[in-house]
Amino acid sequence: MKKNDRYIILILALGIILFPWLGGGNEYFLSLLVFMGINGLITMGLSLLMGYAGQISLGHAAFFGLGAYSSGVLTTKYSLPPLGALGVGILLSALIAFLVGKPTLRLKGHYMAVATLGFGEIMFIVFNELSSLTGGPSGLSGIPPLVLGGIVIEGCAYLYFVWALVILLLIFSLNMINSRVGRALRAVHGSELAAGAMGVDASKYKLGVFVLSGVYASIAGSLYAHFVTFISPSSFSLMFSILLLMMVVVGGTETIWGALMGAGLLTLLPEYLRALEDFEVLAYGAILMAVLLFMPRGVLVGIRRLFESKGKVK
Amino acid sequence: MENEVLRVDGLGKSFGGLRAIDSLNFSVTSGQIKSIIGPNGAGKTTLFNLITGIFPPTEGTFQFAGRILNGLQSHDIARLGVSRTFQNLELFPNMNALENVMLGCHTQTSAGIFQAGLRLPAMRREEKRSRQKAWEELRFMELESKALLGATSLPLGEQKLLEIARALATQPRLLLLDEPAAGLNIRETEKLSETIRRIRERGITVMLVEHDMSLVMGISDEVLVLNYGKKIAEGLPRDIQKNPEVISAYLGEEGEDA
Repeated sequence: MKKNDRYIILILALGIILFPWLGGGNEYFLSLLVFMGINGLITMGLSLLMGYAGQISLGHAAFFGLGAYSSGVLTTKYSLPPLGALGVGILLSALIAFLVGKPTLRLKGHYMAVATLGFGEIMFIVFNELSSLTGGPSGLSGIPPLVLGGIVIEGCAYLYFVWALVILLLIFSLNMINSRVGRALRAVHGSELAAGAMGVDASKYKLGVFVLSGVYASIAGSLYAHFVTFISPSSFSLMFSILLLMMVVVGGTETIWGALMGAGLLTLLPEYLRALEDFEVLAYGAILMAVLLFMPRGVLVGIRRLFESKGKVK
Repeated sequence: MENEVLRVDGLGKSFGGLRAIDSLNFSVTSGQIKSIIGPNGAGKTTLFNLITGIFPPTEGTFQFAGRILNGLQSHDIARLGVSRTFQNLELFPNMNALENVMLGCHTQTSAGIFQAGLRLPAMRREEKRSRQKAWEELRFMELESKALLGATSLPLGEQKLLEIARALATQPRLLLLDEPAAGLNIRETEKLSETIRRIRERGITVMLVEHDMSLVMGISDEVLVLNYGKKIAEGLPRDIQKNPEVISAYLGEEGEDA
């Protein structure tokens, strides 16, 4: 991990810890921050997959859903402890990501996007039709809150829990990027031919990152289920997969920070646009287009460049 | 033979109707500098691509240090100790020169996603060793001062040397150099031939595809001449230069004395 990364993580952690004082314990802001964390978890994984392994997934809503339904179903119907259910979700998502990724990642090109698109649709149908377990289209309600060692994690504690996971996985991801594995991934992105000739097994690393990103999404899903206590298939549709991709692109695929920033921005944006009522969707679209036109490398790089050019003028 | 590094038996490769390599037999002795020459389209780069597993041969076998390489993938072959450079540079544009060479250490390290993500001590030791090794190879190629520059921002000649440094970092037994002198000026070419000799002194066997005849004839122990995928001559540089078939292949059937 680089020095700058450490400082930013420290500031981020401080901001979250001080939230009860800064945000005055406002329930609405608290839930927004929790959603930012949950979306950030997924986009971090996606950013590894897109920015480093050069693959696009259109099915991450399905991994998110797998985590959410594992937690929802296992805690309500089989009264498993929440952490156990979260673990089952992780294993299930990792297994499925492996099975989907293994054949598709051997091929070069955009097979992964197509395969995950299909997988996402299949899971969406499963969530809808397996109604004896999932409650079908009308959803699954009454999911218990997260309990850790007999203590119910709610409100501000939940915010801390979610962001502790975000920061831990962020550190994990940054460590990975700045290592042999990260270099191998960047090499595959830069020249798959040369990477192979230098001994990098490209499909192995792509698969590893795909599984890892599925696991991140699954953890986010479990956290989501315990937070909202009601889940229904519509939260895990193709639209959400596309929204996740958009978060990564808007933030910027070049660094993992871009993904977190994108998740934050696109979680907040609809909230602020709500005042526009009928014009909300229009404004949303216009803002996204403007970002991609004027900051094609993402908001993070865009802002950094703005600062750099100002520095030069001085 | 005991000290045979590479042995090629009846190797053939067809692309549709085109015979790029046709029933080729030859071997490379340990510690040799062996050059492959021939007119454009003779199948020289195809031969390198076959040896490094970029595509499979249509028929025939090739053995590296007694082990048959057929069916192995590129990264497996690299692990066994065959490394290469590319005719049209294949550096990683998204990394600096040092990182490019560090990538070459991939074959001697083993940290996976979890070890790397958790920064376990074993991984940190590995990382330190890779960094040292990469600096050593950069120094060997006299590129230390360029270590932190973007790999593809270097001048062409240095990019070529950087590719060699990256290939050396894999600690190969056999190094395949694909037209390392193309685009270099005379001084750079002279230095390159010196460098290739120093690589051989490290105990690495070198195979060289090259058009620059003074370089080839100056440093090769043996030369193999390909034309239309077939071997037309093999032997000492001075014999090759006098071989009438080689001369006609280069200058055409009507060619006069070269």
